[in-house]
Amino acid sequence: MRSGTLAVARAIARRDLLVEWRSRVVTNQVIPFAVLVMVMFAFALDSDAVLERVAPGLVWLATIFSVLFLTARSFAVETADGALDAMRSAGVNPVAIFLGKSVAVAVQLLVLDVALVVAAVVLYRADVSLGGGVLLVTTILVATTGLASVATLYGGLAAGTKGRETLLPLLLLPVVAPVLIGATRATESAFGTNGIAVSEGWPWLGLLAVFAVLFSVVGAVAFGPLVDE
Amino acid sequence: MSGAQPIVTSAADGAATGSVVELIDAVALIGSFPALAGASLRVERGEILLLRGPNGAGKTSLLRLCAGLLPLERGSASVCGVDLATDRELVRAHVGIIGHTNGLYHDLTVAENVGFWGRLSGATSAEVHEAMQRMGLDGRLSGVRVSKLSAGQRRRTALAGLVARRAELWLLDEPHAGLDADGRDELDRVLRAAAAAGATIIVASHELERAGGLATRQVEIVAGQVRGDLR
Amino acid sequence: MTASTATTGRPDRVTGTPFTRALGIVTLVGVLWLSWFGLFVTPADVNQGESVRIMYAHVPGAWLAYLAFVVTGISSAAYLWRRTRSLTWDRIAGASAEIGVLFMGISLVTGSLWGRLTWGTFWTWDARLTTTAFLFVTYVGYLAVRNLGGSHHQRARRSAVLALLAVLEIPLVHFSVELWNSLHQEASVAGNTDVTMDGLMLFTLFLGVIVFTLMYVWLLLHRQRALALQDLVDDTGLDLAIAARRAEVG
Repeated sequence: MRSGTLAVARAIARRDLLVEWRSRVVTNQVIPFAVLVMVMFAFALDSDAVLERVAPGLVWLATIFSVLFLTARSFAVETADGALDAMRSAGVNPVAIFLGKSVAVAVQLLVLDVALVVAAVVLYRADVSLGGGVLLVTTILVATTGLASVATLYGGLAAGTKGRETLLPLLLLPVVAPVLIGATRATESAFGTNGIAVSEGWPWLGLLAVFAVLFSVVGAVAFGPLVDE
Repeated sequence: MSGAQPIVTSAADGAATGSVVELIDAVALIGSFPALAGASLRVERGEILLLRGPNGAGKTSLLRLCAGLLPLERGSASVCGVDLATDRELVRAHVGIIGHTNGLYHDLTVAENVGFWGRLSGATSAEVHEAMQRMGLDGRLSGVRVSKLSAGQRRRTALAGLVARRAELWLLDEPHAGLDADGRDELDRVLRAAAAAGATIIVASHELERAGGLATRQVEIVAGQVRGDLR
Repeated sequence: MTASTATTGRPDRVTGTPFTRALGIVTLVGVLWLSWFGLFVTPADVNQGESVRIMYAHVPGAWLAYLAFVVTGISSAAYLWRRTRSLTWDRIAGASAEIGVLFMGISLVTGSLWGRLTWGTFWTWDARLTTTAFLFVTYVGYLAVRNLGGSHHQRARRSAVLALLAVLEIPLVHFSVELWNSLHQEASVAGNTDVTMDGLMLFTLFLGVIVFTLMYVWLLLHRQRALALQDLVDDTGLDLAIAARRAEVG
């Protein structure tokens, strides 16, 4: 290919978002699913006090479940008519494919997280102060970057294989434990759950940032060898 | 291995100095099955070569080998000046392969699909427009979603993608399959025009009466080997 | 001893060699010795009673699993490095991971049985324990990816990259679980096990580690060669298949 890696990545991200804009699968199916999960948690836990306490964890649990569907959709678009094969057989740089698809997944995850936070505020009576809001937005941005990178990496590996629906969770869930832990703790501070101060949440961003940087860099390097035939 | 310097040349002068495809005794495997068992073939620039042969003879494998998708196990192979034994990844930018999938995004329009391929290779919007025009997809069709197109129109959209990214060698596996009579005639017309404009085309097909009229030369594949030139 | 390799005439078609046979016998003797010491010779623990005997299988088992995963990581790197690229490294990595998953499973089971007897609970959210469980699942996933199919080198490259990713992510998982844990539990139970080890008990534990290490080497050699034979079966079909295909032309 004759274009630079970043230009190609931008074209791929743009195209993925355009596909979503046209098809509305994430908007009409994945986001409602995530919100539905939040409602089901409320049925299962059945106590306002408990819900308020565990709201941050449920937000991120719902995010991680949803990222499985989001990633599956992102690669289903590529394998439906052999587009991923077409890109690989046209010699498109896998680093660019990884970056482009990661960015598109991250953007969709951001929208999803906003919906989940709103659901937590409405359904679980979570409360966000101004200082907590800054922490919350930062947490969502950093956690989403890490999640999107690692999900794209393993989603590419699972794409087109038999049993991909079950292989992806098996590979992905153990890896994202640090995000679940870090983002939940930071969100607890942002919500003021159990009286935890906002300042106690910021150190967790270090963990999230290490995860995001590590998997963005490693993912860009490892994606090619993992998806190439 | 790295001592052998492949001569990677640009689109303009690449084929002027040698054959676009040159296979000598090439062996390629699918799993442990020798899909190509010593195939030899030479194709020159501007040709429309028909590969004929029964199902399972190795037509698709030969195309995939030329596209740099199947590793060369034994023998030698060079495509667009790239040695497939050492640098098969490098050949991919020069080659376009279309099989039973078109590699399209069905939620996007024709113009968006072709434009995507153009953007990947740095083509201007004028070049993308010209690519669609040459495949007969300009005007009303360019704004239609791929999911609403006929099989022939989809095939031509995929071909327009090859034009937009300036592929020199087109490898088409059963391109007439699933097309109605009008679609086939239109496909033949644009393929002849593309070859006249400098593309080299290899068509794998078992439909002789259709593809035979299109091709400038035919060879037959039997049991993973190329049988004599049937010019 | 079975028939000597010289008379079978196909020394490369079996996974045993004089060395592995000797190693196998030494390992077997070691296991018997360990069982005898662990079950009969060593005393019961003052606090834990007889349940302390699980330790003689649990600790060496966990050691073996960690050793196996380290070997998987190193062999995967060796495969990816161009100058040492060989399918042997890939098969060592795969064989080692299989053994590692098996013994990690065993040590998780023995550990939770011991925990039940000692602390009255099968499981505790201790960082080391939790990381071990994650490690187990991660390598189960690794083995699943090894079985995806494709050519030998395709399998090798994919799984080697995955093994190196696991090496990267495990410390991160451990670190985050440790941070998470420090908020909730004051004393890590598995950290201080209150075992008052006398000399004999300590000796038996070391004996266990040595015996399990020998067992690992023995299993690895056999399994690696079995995998090589499996690959060979795929490959030998090739020459025959090429010949058969050429004959079709007539």
